[in-house]
Amino acid sequence: MSDTQKPARKSQEFEQTLDRSDKKVAEFNVARHTPIERVQHLLHNNPTLVPVIVLVLSLVVFGLIAGGRFFSAFNLSLIMQQVSIIGMLAAAQSLIIITAGIDLSVAAIMVLMSVIMGNLAVYMGVPSGLAILVGFAGGAAAGLFNGLLITKVKLPPFITTLGTWSIYYSLLLWLSGAQSIRGTDIDENAPFLKFFGETVELAGARITLGSLLMVMIFVVLWYLLNKTAWGRHVYAIGDDKEAAELSGIRTDRVLVSVYMVAGFVCAVAAWASIGRVGSISPQSFYEGNLQSITAVVIGGISLFGGRGSIMGALFGALIVGVFQSGLRMAGVDVLWQVFAIGWLIIIAVAIDQWIRRVSA
Amino acid sequence: MKSASIKTLFGATALGLVGLAGAAQAQDIGACLITKTDTNPFFVKMKEGASAAAEEAGINLSTYAGKYDGDVETQIAAVESCIASGAKGILITPTDSRALVPIITQAREAGSLVIALDTQFEPADAADATFATDNFKAGELIGQWAAATLGDEAANAKIALLDLNASEVSVDYQRDQGFLTGFGIDVKNPTDIGDEDDPRIVGNDVTDGSPDGGRTAMENLLQIDPDINVVYTINEPAAAGAYEALKSLGKGEGVLIVSVDGGCPGVKDIEAGIIGATSMQFPLLMASKGIEAIKTFAETGEKPQNSEGLDFFNTGVELITDAPVDGIPSITSAEGLEKCWG
Repeated sequence: MSDTQKPARKSQEFEQTLDRSDKKVAEFNVARHTPIERVQHLLHNNPTLVPVIVLVLSLVVFGLIAGGRFFSAFNLSLIMQQVSIIGMLAAAQSLIIITAGIDLSVAAIMVLMSVIMGNLAVYMGVPSGLAILVGFAGGAAAGLFNGLLITKVKLPPFITTLGTWSIYYSLLLWLSGAQSIRGTDIDENAPFLKFFGETVELAGARITLGSLLMVMIFVVLWYLLNKTAWGRHVYAIGDDKEAAELSGIRTDRVLVSVYMVAGFVCAVAAWASIGRVGSISPQSFYEGNLQSITAVVIGGISLFGGRGSIMGALFGALIVGVFQSGLRMAGVDVLWQVFAIGWLIIIAVAIDQWIRRVSA
Repeated sequence: MKSASIKTLFGATALGLVGLAGAAQAQDIGACLITKTDTNPFFVKMKEGASAAAEEAGINLSTYAGKYDGDVETQIAAVESCIASGAKGILITPTDSRALVPIITQAREAGSLVIALDTQFEPADAADATFATDNFKAGELIGQWAAATLGDEAANAKIALLDLNASEVSVDYQRDQGFLTGFGIDVKNPTDIGDEDDPRIVGNDVTDGSPDGGRTAMENLLQIDPDINVVYTINEPAAAGAYEALKSLGKGEGVLIVSVDGGCPGVKDIEAGIIGATSMQFPLLMASKGIEAIKTFAETGEKPQNSEGLDFFNTGVELITDAPVDGIPSITSAEGLEKCWG
C-alpha cells in the first residue's frame, strides 16, 4: 500500500490529481469495537460459550445458596443421572433442529421402543439382546417414517411429528395395555434390559452407565457433525436448503438419514431409560419431547437451523438439572422451578437473537 | 413456549374426534363416561366396568378421555358433545375440580344427571352426586399403619411425601393430608400440601404419578436427608420409582413405603415386600354404580343419595398389607390380588 520506498517517476500532469487521492486498495473496517460488540462476536463464533457460562454460574450460585451438599461429587453425579434420558432425547432433537426441523415424537418413539423391548424380553421370552436390537431397528424405522413424510410427502416437520407423536403414543398404549411392566419382573426375566442402570463408584460420585452413555452419544454425534462430510451437509441444509441442493448435496437423502439417526438414538435412550426408571411405564416421559426442546434451546442451538453445537444441548440439559436440583435443595416450591425454566428458555432465545444480529 | 400451543392443537384435534364419536350415538338412554386419561389403568378399568354395566342395562354409553392429566379443554369439549347428543347422564372424573363446574352446570340445566367419579368437584354439590373413594380415609389408613408399624420410633420418623403435581388437586391433598393425619401429624390447612411444620417431615416433591417422577423425587428428598425412613406416595407407580431410587442407594431394606390405589402391579409389589401397605380403591364399583344411578334416574327421575356423614357416596377402601397391625382391619396381598384392578 505504501510506495514511498521507490522513487516515483514524475507523473504526468493529468495524473497529478490522483496523488492526492486515497491510495489504499482495500481495507478492513478498523473502527474500534465496543466491548459489548466484541463479546457479541466472541459468542457468535463460539455458540456453546453461553450455556457453559450459565452452567458454571448456576453451579456457583446454587453452591452458595444450597451449601456443600449441593456441590458434593455425589449430588453432581446424581444430576447427571437425572438428566441422562432427557439429555439423550435432546441429542436426537439437536440433530433435527440443526436441519431447521423439529421432532415432537422423540419421547413417544423412546417409550414405544422401551415397551417393545419389554414385551419381547419379559413376556415373550425373547433373549434380551435380540429384543434390544428389535427396539433399535424399530427406532430407526420410526425415524425413517418421519423422514419420508417430510421429504417425499413434503409435510412440514412440525405437523409430521405432531401426527406421529399421537400415532406412536397410541401404539405404545395399545402394546402395553396402559400397564407398567414391573421392575421385579424385569429383574427375573431380562435383567440385561437394566444394564444402563448399573453404577460405577468414583471418589464419592455414583455414575450410572446411562450417564456415561449420554456423554458418549454426544461425543459421537459431535464427531459426525463436525468431522464428516455428512455432518457438514446437515449444517448446510439447516442454513439454506436450496443453496445446499444447488451445491450438489442430496438434501432429501441426508434429511431422511438425520431422522433415522435421531430415531435410533431415541431407541438407545429407550434401553437406558429402563435402567434409569427401573420399570417400563407407558406413563413415563410424557413431556419428554418438550423437555428435550427446552434443553436444545437453552443450549444455544438456533431453532432456525444451521447454527449451534450439539454439545450445547448437553449443557442445556445439565443447566435444567442443576436448576431443578438447586432450587429443590433451597426448598423452593415446584411451581417456581417451572417458572425458572420458563425464564431460562426466553433468555436463551433472546441471547440467540442478539448474537445473530452480528452477521446482519 | 411451545408447550401451550401444542396442547391447544391437541385439544383441537381431540375436539374433532369427540365430535365424531358424539354423532355416532342415538339410542333410547344415552350416557357418557368422561375420564381423565386413557393411560392410567385405573381409568381404563373404570371404562371397562362402565361399558359392561351399560351393556347389561341397555344403555348406550359413549366414552371420552382427556389426553393427559389436567387436560381441561378436551373434557369440556366432551361434556359439550354429551349435552348436544341429549345424554341422560354424564359420569365424569373431573381433571380439574373447579374449572369444569360451569360446563357441568350447563349439562345439568340441559337435563342430564351429572355424577362425579373418583374426584369431587369443588363445591361437591356442583354435581348431582359423587361416587368416590374416601381419599382422606385411604391416606389415613396407611398413615395409621405406618405409625403403628414404627411404634415408639414414629416420634423420630423422617418422612418423605411424594405427591402428584404442582396444581394440588383434591385427590392429591386428601391422600397426603389423610396420611399425615393418620400418622399423627398436625396438617394445619387440610387443603394445602406443604404448610406443615412438623420436623419429622423431610419434604414434599411431585411425581406426576409415574415411576420416573417417583424416582427423581425420591432422589431429591434423599439429598435433603439421607435418613428418610417413611415414604408416602400418591400411587403405586410412583412408589415403584421411589423404591428404585432407594435400592440404587443401598436402602432397599428398612424404609417403609406406603401408597394408595390397589392396582394389580401395586398389590404384587406388596407381596414382594417393596411396598409396605396400600389402600385399595374400587374403580369398577364406581363405574357400575354410576350406570345404575343413570338408569334409575332415566326411569324414575330419582337421584342417588350420599353416604351418611359424607358429601359423596363412598365406594369403599381397603388396606392391603402382609404385615397387619392390631386395630387396623386389613387384608393380605393374596386376598388383594383377587380384588385388584388393572
